[in-house]
Amino acid sequence: MNKDTISKMVFFILALSSISALALITGFIFIQGLPLFFKVGFANIVFGTKWAPSQGSFGIFPMIVGSVCVTLGATLLGVPIGVCCSIFLVEYCPASLSNLFRPAIQLLAGIPSVVYGFWGLLFIVPFIRNNLGGPGLSMLAGSMILGIMILPTIISISEVSLKDLPRQYKEGALALGMTHWQAIYSVLLPAARSGITAAIVLGIGRAIGETMAVIMVLGNAVALPESILDPIRTLTTNIGIEMGYATGDHQQALFATGIVLFVIIMILNSFAQYIARRK
Amino acid sequence: MNTNDKTIEKIAKAIIWSAALFVLVILTAIIAYILAKGLPILNWGFLTQIPRNMGRSGGISSTIVGTLMVTAVALVIAIPFGIGTAFYLAEYTKESWATRLMRFSAESLAGIPSIVYGLFGFIFFVISLNMKWSVLSGGLTLSFMILPTIIRTSEEAIRSVPTTYREVSFSLGATKWQTISKAVFPSALRGITNGVILSIGRCIAETAAVILTAGTALKMPTSIFSPTRTMAVHFYILAREGISMENAYGTAALLIILIFLINVVANAAVNRLMEKGR
Amino acid sequence: MVEAVGLGINTRKRAAIAFYIALLSIGSLLAGCQGRERNGIVVAGSTSVQPYAEVLAEEFAVMYPESSIDVQGGGSSAGITAATSGTADIGMSSRELSEKEQHLWSKEIAKDGLAIIVHPDNPLRSLSLEQISLIYSGQATKWSDVGGSSESKIHIVTREEGSGTRSAFSDLVMGDVEISPRAIVQDSNGAVKQLISDDLNSIGFLSLGLVDDSVKALMLNGVKATKENIINGSYGLFRPFLFVVNGEPTDLALEFIDFAVSEQGREILSTEGLIAEE
Repeated sequence: MNKDTISKMVFFILALSSISALALITGFIFIQGLPLFFKVGFANIVFGTKWAPSQGSFGIFPMIVGSVCVTLGATLLGVPIGVCCSIFLVEYCPASLSNLFRPAIQLLAGIPSVVYGFWGLLFIVPFIRNNLGGPGLSMLAGSMILGIMILPTIISISEVSLKDLPRQYKEGALALGMTHWQAIYSVLLPAARSGITAAIVLGIGRAIGETMAVIMVLGNAVALPESILDPIRTLTTNIGIEMGYATGDHQQALFATGIVLFVIIMILNSFAQYIARRK
Repeated sequence: MNTNDKTIEKIAKAIIWSAALFVLVILTAIIAYILAKGLPILNWGFLTQIPRNMGRSGGISSTIVGTLMVTAVALVIAIPFGIGTAFYLAEYTKESWATRLMRFSAESLAGIPSIVYGLFGFIFFVISLNMKWSVLSGGLTLSFMILPTIIRTSEEAIRSVPTTYREVSFSLGATKWQTISKAVFPSALRGITNGVILSIGRCIAETAAVILTAGTALKMPTSIFSPTRTMAVHFYILAREGISMENAYGTAALLIILIFLINVVANAAVNRLMEKGR
Repeated sequence: MVEAVGLGINTRKRAAIAFYIALLSIGSLLAGCQGRERNGIVVAGSTSVQPYAEVLAEEFAVMYPESSIDVQGGGSSAGITAATSGTADIGMSSRELSEKEQHLWSKEIAKDGLAIIVHPDNPLRSLSLEQISLIYSGQATKWSDVGGSSESKIHIVTREEGSGTRSAFSDLVMGDVEISPRAIVQDSNGAVKQLISDDLNSIGFLSLGLVDDSVKALMLNGVKATKENIINGSYGLFRPFLFVVNGEPTDLALEFIDFAVSEQGREILSTEGLIAEE
């Protein structure tokens, strides 16, 4: 056997095992979680509003609402600030400042999520409790922390897509008599749209998937929230809080929660690919 | 340019500057706060002593070792498989529905929340395979978690190597293996390294996936079968249970410094490789 | 999957797959072999029992320096599950075993009171069981509903499903009434304590041994939550701390449990605030 055949075989084996590993985890989650859907009923899980696993109620609708609301809040806070910041970095930032800014954002992306959660518990939660009312542990606190956590993702990817635009776009716009802002708003941003959308989708993905930071600040109540100051539980925190205890149906219910998360991520990802292909 | 445009221009500029300022202030607030509280705690004893009394006193040495061991196991497994898969996908297969499916699943799995990996690792490795809470269980779980990222970033790096490199190499009579190892791999190394370093950072910072796979034991791990507690988990438990705020800050400060160093090394490595590549 | 990546199976590939499977099995064999050669046991479960088990383990290590006892948290049900599956040698529980768990071997190492706690500045001093139940079921939402003067909303804090402290609270206070789903859920004693000590309008329940100045333990029908009152029977909120083993404990596990219930062990637990007298 020559080196070519050996190397091809080795690569094939590596690829095969990676595929098996990925198939294993996907299969495992579905095999563990699906039986409960058949046993309790799809609607009773996805649209059920009562979560009391010890009594046989596995409704995760409040958690789905929780994940969606918290993520929406994080997006509303994080996206405008993040996109503005990336415009700043590409168009307005003095070179001296950007040399400080970029590593700082890179560092922020790497900080453990538990540190964010703890920081939120120390500063954001008491702020909400003392100024806006409620227990402080709330949807709002979670949205704020996640809004901050998705900033690095949104900033760095939007920045790249803005920076990669041909220089002629901006020069042409300015030559047509547009002001700097008009050039950004009506030429550069639309041109970088797909990159920015990808940044937002990735940010949403990170917000939905975050667990430890939000366990600390959300309050984790299992009821549907009435206001943004109410405590709330997301799909991820539902798994995180009860993972250690779970046996039998309860364990399957957590895997079922995982399946719902899986499906949400798949939908998001398909959307991102669709955007990328339209480019 | 009329006055109206000028006003809008000014407002836009103000909004953009304040957004950037806001980001900078938040960054500094978080990093500076942790460092200010944690740096005074960091000393030789803190780094080299074993935690005592649940972490209330003593240092964090066993959690540092635990973090390194778990990360090492994850990398040893994920790097060869991830990069190998990337080469197979990029160099040995034609673009087809199968490769697209593969890419889509890697992409989707890269987006799956780490807690789902944790749940999987806990039930599969710890309980079903009876590996118990151990460095091995934690490392395997993390390797599953970072595998999609490594496959994706490496494949992207390999695909971005210009086709001419391969054509030139083949025309010089090189075999496929020689082409890959001598022409493609060195040029793709920068991108691959980037993905790997990104993954190291993720492993070190991860909490949800390791808390129930590596365990929360504070003893110094003696083998990959020992249970251990990583630094991020240690921080979470210290802060969450209110055991010792000082030691929690110290651990967090060390984590931030570590992430910072990894970033510096990554940037330096990428720059050097870029120079060599030219 | 082989077909899917665009390849047919030929003999060589079959050999490759066989090789790979062999490799995997050797790996799992290695992982399976480790067993209990090391002179150590894992004690896991209730976060209420954990601090006391840590202290016991540290004292135990003084007598048997060769042994290694890893104490981990996770929660009562997790501890019982871990003991059942063999993930832990000893499970810790802060509640009675349920009917389904009766087949396990268990030993009560101490009793612990359950304190109903509020912020230290809360003027409320005493509640009846009925009032606590009204609050936790969500029927009494303001302090004035339970004899307080404030019109503020009560923020109920509970523990997560599976917590021994929660299930003890449910059994002792709530009976068949359910805890309101609007209650804030915290996943550890420490987190409950921190929250209550921060929020003037919150109420929670906590292991009596962990109550300190940062929170105020309420009286029950005018009876103070103290060890003496639990022993003389006037304060009824208490639960057992159990060590749980699947089958008869042997070797180190047996020695550790014997140590916990020995004269010395009981003294340690007693000084730490538990009711460990015979």
